[in-house]
Amino acid sequence: MAAKQKVTGYGGRKSLGRHFRKYWQLYAMMLIPIIYYIIFRYVPMLGNIIAFRRYRAGSSILGDEWSGFKYFRQFIHDSNFWRSFRNTLLLNGKYLLISFPVTIIFALLLNEIKNMKFKKFVQTITYLPHFISIVIVAGMIRELLSTSGPINNAIVASGGEAIQFISLPQWFTTIFVASGIWQGLGWNTILYLAAMSGINPELYEAASLDGAGRFKQALHVTIPGILPTIMTLLILNIGSLCGSVAFEKVMLLYQPTTYETADIIATYVYRMGLGSGNYSYATAVGLFQGIINVVLLTAANVFSKRTTGSSLY
Amino acid sequence: MAKKNVDDAPMASRMIISKGYRTFTVINDIFMVIICLVMLYPFLYLVAQSFSSTEAIVAGKVGIVPVGFSVETYKYVLTSNVFLPDYLNTVIYAVIGTVSALILSCLLAYPLSKKELRGNKIVGPFIIFTMYFAGGMIPNYILMTSLGLKDTVAAFILPGVISTYYVILMRSFFESVPAELEEAGEIDGLSKFGAFLHVALPMSKPIIATMTLFYLVQYWNNWFDAFLYLDTPTKWPVAYYLRTLISTSSSSAEDAGEAMTIAANIKSCAMVLTAAPIICVYPFIQKYFVQGMMLGGVKG
Repeated sequence: MAAKQKVTGYGGRKSLGRHFRKYWQLYAMMLIPIIYYIIFRYVPMLGNIIAFRRYRAGSSILGDEWSGFKYFRQFIHDSNFWRSFRNTLLLNGKYLLISFPVTIIFALLLNEIKNMKFKKFVQTITYLPHFISIVIVAGMIRELLSTSGPINNAIVASGGEAIQFISLPQWFTTIFVASGIWQGLGWNTILYLAAMSGINPELYEAASLDGAGRFKQALHVTIPGILPTIMTLLILNIGSLCGSVAFEKVMLLYQPTTYETADIIATYVYRMGLGSGNYSYATAVGLFQGIINVVLLTAANVFSKRTTGSSLY
Repeated sequence: MAKKNVDDAPMASRMIISKGYRTFTVINDIFMVIICLVMLYPFLYLVAQSFSSTEAIVAGKVGIVPVGFSVETYKYVLTSNVFLPDYLNTVIYAVIGTVSALILSCLLAYPLSKKELRGNKIVGPFIIFTMYFAGGMIPNYILMTSLGLKDTVAAFILPGVISTYYVILMRSFFESVPAELEEAGEIDGLSKFGAFLHVALPMSKPIIATMTLFYLVQYWNNWFDAFLYLDTPTKWPVAYYLRTLISTSSSSAEDAGEAMTIAANIKSCAMVLTAAPIICVYPFIQKYFVQGMMLGGVKG
């Protein structure tokens, strides 16, 4: 408030009073949501303090006594932590590497469908998996990959031997990436299609008059038109490389035999904290990831604003 | 106001259509049909399994057409003393959750959309910051426990009752409502809140429909908060029941035989029944959410 009065300068308090009298109902509307944010978003942020304090079941929410960086030193020397750190980057990275170009290509191909009813139909079908519970997606994956499922049937029919996909670590990344693309392919095109519909039709006419065929038009009009969207999404995706976007899917699909390639930071935090009761240790790991995320996301957002002039939020 | 539709993509004006391009469009259409089949295949497979006999599944005969058609599995699942009660829980939670979420998100998003509201310089960043940094799983869990919310429905509803991303989408939509209309309403004697309720809200059907779908899907599909907070099995939503169903059998596919394939039947049936409402509702709201997402997503 002090800063605001300084800005408005002479008579600031008076105009602030008038402002509140005029808009008090709008401020009142926000009151409950703001209290919600304080309790359910900001108090847990403060709760991260138990990464530096010893917390036992039944302690107060802020823990018992200071422990300094003890828990951080512990996980830095924990090979299981580094395994989960590596897997987080690898799974996110491989998914981004494959899904990102595939989504753009799919959006470009969708844009070339001439029959609008057919286009709408394809959109309806391809958006659908996005709305399906991750529990059901995991269930589908397990059914399709089970030893009596269709994929193993095909392998056996062609003379191979059935593979226990779900319990083999070397298959986890493939399952993770493929199911992610199945679920997100259609939905992720929405922002690109939005950008395409915003391209000025005159640009296509001009290109056409210059003798550009439809391929050249896609190359020289459509792609440059969606380039800012591509850049923004790419940068922000890179910014969340260390995040736990698909945490629930990993949780539902991994098992001790696949920890080697499947255990990510979030699942590790879950097992250490709620599984074995090392609350402070798990909070320290979670906080570490949270800080990396803030730094990466902020950097990505600033970079996106500088290079493309837009950011998502 | 961008009432643009994805369908109106700049098409009409492209004149040169070469023979090569015509071949391409045919191939493209075929490719799209294949993509649709790939998208639908897992659903069809589940449906086929849920209607198939145990023997056919054991023999691996079931593709996308049921073999040994029977509705026994459905009878079994629907009369079990777990599935329907949990399904009912989900319906109740989804309704309570979606209604609360819509009210709270509107209450926040509408004032945020008013540029003249000075407090937004503080409230905006206060809200957006939570997209960059969150409390994390353990502090959230400790908070819920110390508030005494563990094993209550509130612990299932509250964590997702305001989604910052959705609030931002709503704010963008409210910004596109012409301010003159609200001002006219105020001249006619409406208060600020009245202008929201009687002018802005009726004009915001697309975003309200979109948010209804998004929050409904969020609560319908939520299993994790039940997993963390709901200890009493009678309080479980069906998604969490499904999770226990899925994770028990297929990890030990080794000990195949009768027990496992009966489970495959039942699992498919339970999954089909759980996904069905979402699949039925969503196509009707699609035209709204494409619009809502585009408006919110494109704006900076």
